[in-house]
Amino acid sequence: MKPVYIEAIGVVGPGLESWQQAAAILAGDSEYHACELPALKPTMLKPNERRRTTLTIKLALQAVQDALASNSYPDLSTVFTSSDGDMDIVDRICQALCLPDHPVSPTFFHNSVHNAPAGYCSIATGFHAPSTSLSGLNGSFAAGLLDAAVQAVVERQPVMLVAYDTPWPGALNRFRQRRSPFGVALVLHPQTSAQSFAELTLLPGAGGDESKMADSRLEQLRADTPAAASLPLLEAIANNSTVRLVLPYLVDEQIAVEVRPCN
Amino acid sequence: MPISPIRITAYTLTNALGSGVDASLHALQSGRSGLRPCDFQDVDLSTWIGRVDGIEGQPLPAALSRFECRNNRLAHLALQADGFIERVDDAVCRYGADRIALFMGTSTSGIGATEEAYRRRDGHGNLPDDFQPATTHVIYSITDFVRSYLQLKGAALTVSTACSSSAKVFAAAQRYLAAGLCDAAVVGGVDTLCLTTLYGFNSLDLVSSRRCKPWDANRNGINIGEGAGFALLEPEQAGGKGSLLLGSGESSDAYHISTPHPEGRGAALAMRLALSQAGVAADGVGYINLHGTATPSNDAAEDAAVMQVFGGQIPCSSTKGWTGHTLGAAGAIEAIFTLMALESGFLPCSLNTEQQDEALSANLLLESVQQDIACAMSNSFGFGGNNCSLLFGCDR
Repeated sequence: MKPVYIEAIGVVGPGLESWQQAAAILAGDSEYHACELPALKPTMLKPNERRRTTLTIKLALQAVQDALASNSYPDLSTVFTSSDGDMDIVDRICQALCLPDHPVSPTFFHNSVHNAPAGYCSIATGFHAPSTSLSGLNGSFAAGLLDAAVQAVVERQPVMLVAYDTPWPGALNRFRQRRSPFGVALVLHPQTSAQSFAELTLLPGAGGDESKMADSRLEQLRADTPAAASLPLLEAIANNSTVRLVLPYLVDEQIAVEVRPCN
Repeated sequence: MPISPIRITAYTLTNALGSGVDASLHALQSGRSGLRPCDFQDVDLSTWIGRVDGIEGQPLPAALSRFECRNNRLAHLALQADGFIERVDDAVCRYGADRIALFMGTSTSGIGATEEAYRRRDGHGNLPDDFQPATTHVIYSITDFVRSYLQLKGAALTVSTACSSSAKVFAAAQRYLAAGLCDAAVVGGVDTLCLTTLYGFNSLDLVSSRRCKPWDANRNGINIGEGAGFALLEPEQAGGKGSLLLGSGESSDAYHISTPHPEGRGAALAMRLALSQAGVAADGVGYINLHGTATPSNDAAEDAAVMQVFGGQIPCSSTKGWTGHTLGAAGAIEAIFTLMALESGFLPCSLNTEQQDEALSANLLLESVQQDIACAMSNSFGFGGNNCSLLFGCDR
């Protein structure tokens, strides 16, 4: 498959409030403090829209906002990927369905669709280009990366990949423990440019041992949260490394990615 | 990298009209609707639904019991019809299981399993130990199940963009074929009745207490249905019989999370992109299977979009009055209705529509007609302003 080029990055997670800050940590220039998630305030959404959104939507949009802070695009195709979407909403709806008269909130219901973050993103950016929202369970990051790269190469257009996951709440938590909120946005371009950070060549079907993080806290985050499977890739980019990474893909499968720095 | 036409070498569907292509075609030709007054579980809504009979009595094969839920059961049931499994097995022999991709669309996947688990919480609010959300509830579970059942090993994902989900899987297949990542693809859509969508759409005042009436002056909302559709897609040059996927168009409204752009801007863009990718002029299209949900706002927006792109000549119908709105399965089911119209020349009427809204101008079929067509479009639009139009053609 032809390579794609990353030309914008956004990150948000526990102790990670932007790509700029995350890159310094991943390059070893500053220390990682695995603290709480930074306050999420995706100002790209109007206040009245923002009030109606959830942690999951805000997390995805914060990553988008960070990626689009340094590059502006008149229009951009998007691929949103998340293992399970918004389980907070699932919990609230399923609780409401057990009550007399089943009082499901209309706002929760329309925010419950897997593509709600993508919908709010298009409202905030005005992008009319195609947008897809998908899942590959624990391999959701690699599934999204592959889908975005295929779109960029076949449609010859830049594509923004947004991967995000949030913890499972309440009674659901014990079925998916230790998951952390994490969001990452990558703008992939089919051609290299002055803005390109890195060249990625995806090798579907190539397997092996998953690439890991040296820092034990970041490794924990990577192993527990599907969107954070992006961390080895972000680390390679932050260090201008030439490296072949192995990312978790579908159940018991992997994808290899060759990463080379640009410029 | 040009997008080449894709041949649809096999397809099947199951919905409230029955299982298999013949069941749907016979119902359409004999004017029999699949809608019934709501009798799903203990739901106390006054509405009509398109329920598939027999799901309750057909468990999954024991080896796949971890996937046990209504949604995966419906997928399993649907795969038995029209010799579809044999056609996939044949493709596996020709290409190899690792060269066949799988793209499934769903809106709510097996959320019914989670609803049911919440009803079985213990006195401390704990969910039951036998609840298996990773293989039932989650969005990927439908793909995981179908991939395990059909023993496919190529690229796979679930697309979940509300009611456009399983139209977009056709576009995904086009791209993976063009990129050389697969030699064939199985695509499909599955969604099942659940309390979340019944009470959720009701909370938005979008559920009709009557049979839904697309484009009617008195339309007042949807009837929710369930169903599954599957298609096997191969490169055109692979030969064999079958209609062609000529083009797809996808767009975003960038307007509102649950209301379409009032002038149908995103919908019109999706239709234009499908025509342009196919290199087909608007007047080359002989039939449009509308999204046609029968909500006041959807039909008005879609009518405006159809009029902008096509004008008022091309015969159109919504099949929601036959099956109900099958949500994330609607894209695949209605793509297959569109293929059936191409191959049989039978253009189904918009069932239940008595008097077309005077404010709507599309050429809505109030009676079914027999008419050979060379090219037909299927529209699917979802919450989040997510639009997809597919253009199919006969291979004559």
